[in-house]
This record gives sequence, C-alpha cells and structure tokens, in this order.
Amino acid sequence: MSRVRVLVGTRKGAFILSSDGARKRWKVSGPHFAGWEIYHMKGSPLDSDRIYASQTSSWFGQIIQRSDDGGKTWNPPGTKPEDLMASEGMPKGESNMFVYDASPETGKPLTTHQWYDGTQHPWEFKRVWHLEPSLSDPDHVYAGVEDAALFESTDGGKSWHELAGLRGSDTGPKWQPGAGGMCLHTILLDPNNPKRISIAISAAGTFRTDDGGESWRPINRGLHSEHIPDPTAEVGHCVHRIALHPSRPNTLFMQKHWDVMRSDDAGDSWQEVSGNLPTDFGFPIDVHAHEPETIYVVPIKSDSEHYPLKGRLRVYRSRTGGNEWEALTKGLPQRNCYVNVLRDAMSVDALEPCGVYFGTTGGQVYASADAGDNWKPIVRDLPAVLSVEVQALP
Amino acid sequence: MIRVILPPNLRTLARVDGEVELEVKSPVTQRSVLDAVEANHPMLRGTIRDHVTHLRRPMVRFFACGEDLSHESPDTPLPDAITTGSEPFLIIGAIAGG
Repeated sequence: MSRVRVLVGTRKGAFILSSDGARKRWKVSGPHFAGWEIYHMKGSPLDSDRIYASQTSSWFGQIIQRSDDGGKTWNPPGTKPEDLMASEGMPKGESNMFVYDASPETGKPLTTHQWYDGTQHPWEFKRVWHLEPSLSDPDHVYAGVEDAALFESTDGGKSWHELAGLRGSDTGPKWQPGAGGMCLHTILLDPNNPKRISIAISAAGTFRTDDGGESWRPINRGLHSEHIPDPTAEVGHCVHRIALHPSRPNTLFMQKHWDVMRSDDAGDSWQEVSGNLPTDFGFPIDVHAHEPETIYVVPIKSDSEHYPLKGRLRVYRSRTGGNEWEALTKGLPQRNCYVNVLRDAMSVDALEPCGVYFGTTGGQVYASADAGDNWKPIVRDLPAVLSVEVQALP
Repeated sequence: MIRVILPPNLRTLARVDGEVELEVKSPVTQRSVLDAVEANHPMLRGTIRDHVTHLRRPMVRFFACGEDLSHESPDTPLPDAITTGSEPFLIIGAIAGG
C-alpha cells in the first residue's frame, strides 16, 4: 500500500507527518530545526528521500538544509570542511550563500524597488520563501527569495546563483513589498517544456520565462487590483499564489489579494472565476491531483481581517475550474475559528482518492482523504504553520 | 583554550551542547575566534557574520567579561581572561520582540 509524508514548515521548526495510504493514523516527527522558522520543505519528484528545507532566522540568516533519507537526518549541503576549505586553507565554499548577481558577465545592476513609503529602496536578501526541486535532476533546485529574485542550485544546494534576468527586467523598480515582504513565493515548472517557468511575486505579479530563465516578461493582463494607482498596470499586483495541473500546464489558477483567476494561455491573459465565493480574498489555491478542473481555495474575510468569514473555517471546491464553488465543512470548525491559511500551506497528494491538506496559523494541519468531502486534524497544536507539502510514497 | 558560548539556535545548528572550546593562535581577536568557530563548525558560516561583508549580523552581539564588545574592531585583541580561557566569549542573539 502507498504511504504519504506531509512536510510541515512552522514558525518554530519543521514537522514530518507520516501515514499509510488510508491516511487515518499518523506518526508525527519533530520538531526538526527547533526554534528556527521553516518557510518551506519540498521533496524531489525524482527521489522522494531527497528533501530540501529553507531554515531561516531574522537573527542568524538563511540556512538551506537537505535530507537524503526522507527527513530522518539533515545537513546543510556543502558544509563539510572539505567543501569549504581550499588546499591553501582559504574558504572556498558558498553554502547557504545567496548573493544577487551584479556581475557584468551574467548579472544585472542591483537597482532599487518601490518601498512602502513610495521611495526607492535597495534590494536586500532576507530569506528563501520557496524551494522547487527540478523535474529532471534531484541536484537541481530553484529558490524563490525575498527581496524578490530567483536562484538555482545545480549541485544539490551547495552553491546558488541568481537567474538575474528576472530581477533585471525593466519593471523591477516598480515592484513593491506586500505586508509580508517582497517575496518570490511560487515557482511553477512546466512538465512539457523545461525552458518554461512561471513565478509569482508579492507585490509585483506573475512572470514567465520561455528560455530557461534568461529573459522574463510580466504575465498580468486581465488582473485588476484596486490597491494600485492603475488597477490594470503591467506590474504591481499582489498575487498570493498560482497553481497548475501537470497534465494541463497552460492552464494556471491564481489566488490574488482579492479575486480568484484563471488563465488558459499560460498566463498571457487572465479571467476572474471568483463566481459565488463568499469572499474572494485568500492565500492558497491548489488543483486536485487527478481532476485538472477541480480546484481548492480557503476564503478569508478581508485583507485586514485575516480569518474565515463568521469564524467558520471552510475550504471551497470548484469542479468546474472556477465560478461555481461549494463549501466543504465536514470536520472543520464551524464556530469561533479565527485562524489564517498561508499561501504555501495547502497541498494535495496523488493517491486515489486524492488527499488534500492544509495548515493554519493556529497550528492545526487538516487532512482530507476523499478530495475534500471530509476533514480531520492530523495535529492541532503546532506553531503557526507556514507551509505544507505532501509526498506520495510507494 | 578559548571558550565560546553560542546562542541556542546556533548550538542546534552546529549540534553542540554547552560551550565550544577552540585553539586560537595569538593575537586572539573577535575575527580570529570567529574564524576558528566557523572552521570547526562550517554550518555556522553566514549566521554570525554576513557571508559577503563578514560584518557582524545586526541582531547578533558579542559579550565578554561583562562588557559588550559588539562595536569594537574585529581586530582588537580580546581581554586576557578570554585568551586564558578563564572567561567565555559569548555570542548572543539580541533580545527582540515581546
């Protein structure tokens, strides 16, 4: 029977939740990296025992951790003494080092971006929000960082270099931080086209490369955002999350600051599909593992009140790719619930039936083993959950 | 032998309990002590000092013999009590928040 492993990043460490394919009884492992913020963990689609983790701290900076045994043991890649010291005794390693590429050969000048007060502010690395292992090589992994930029490693996380064409695109000075910072939080790899990557930045919008990361362009046509002076501007939109189904990579779904959107031309144009949602503010959006037109969101009351409407925690599911939504409530608290679900804190597994998982800022991780019809908490009292990823294991 | 006390998060990262003891050649300075810490515990590179500038991270402090040495030059010799190991060199995560 298949198994599942749920990778949970929290404000104070990481937890790994494991179950057999029935997904009824769970084993909880953790906290790993106790006391550190774990923004994201994700396993390689080619090697489920290879897991990358972003461990970060406002005090002590950014650490990338890697496990090669399914999360039993972890090491920052490239921190063995021989990785760090050249023969003459000088440090040579670059583990965990994220430096914007401003070199004349491959980089872009380190310009400024919009700051909260409207002035220009220099780019400053703060943390890795999201790790996206490649679809073709377990040693190849992308990192979305704050201040917004895209990095990649081709040596299993030992060294990182920026795909500088994104930050260097001519819209960079117009990007601005959302309330959580100016973060690159979503990286979508096209399974049919290895040179196509779509990313999302708060608050700049969505961008796409079709040449493997050399050049990028905004793909925000059709978005409408009241919080920017020109609501249909080329950039400046606070995109919270984008998602795709691997069988239809040209169809993208988006949860924006307000509005749920879809695109059927790989982001070239977007249409609103909020339909009958009670509120179209929210953070995560995800797609059923086997039904490309079945999508999930968690409506949140508003941009100032980050909790469910009327204290009732409800996942909404559309089986029509948007517009027509149904509330999923069984097993979820329907009174006095005032948690939030953050953008990277929802995931699906590829078992049959599809499992759906999400974590809350109140420390609960809920699971549904039947595509959302019924829910149960796996754990109730973790630190605030930042991210949830699921691996289906043989 | 130089004694260094790491903050709890860095002890977790470096997988050490209690104090770290180091051999550091004279002159014993903040820089030479931190170089030795990072050589013995490479995963700490970038966590105390910035990877690129090698400057102290803003929310890290260095205490020794009841004094805050955070703003001293990294090449200023440390007090004799540190050099002899009678007092530890403390690396502190600054208190912030409520």
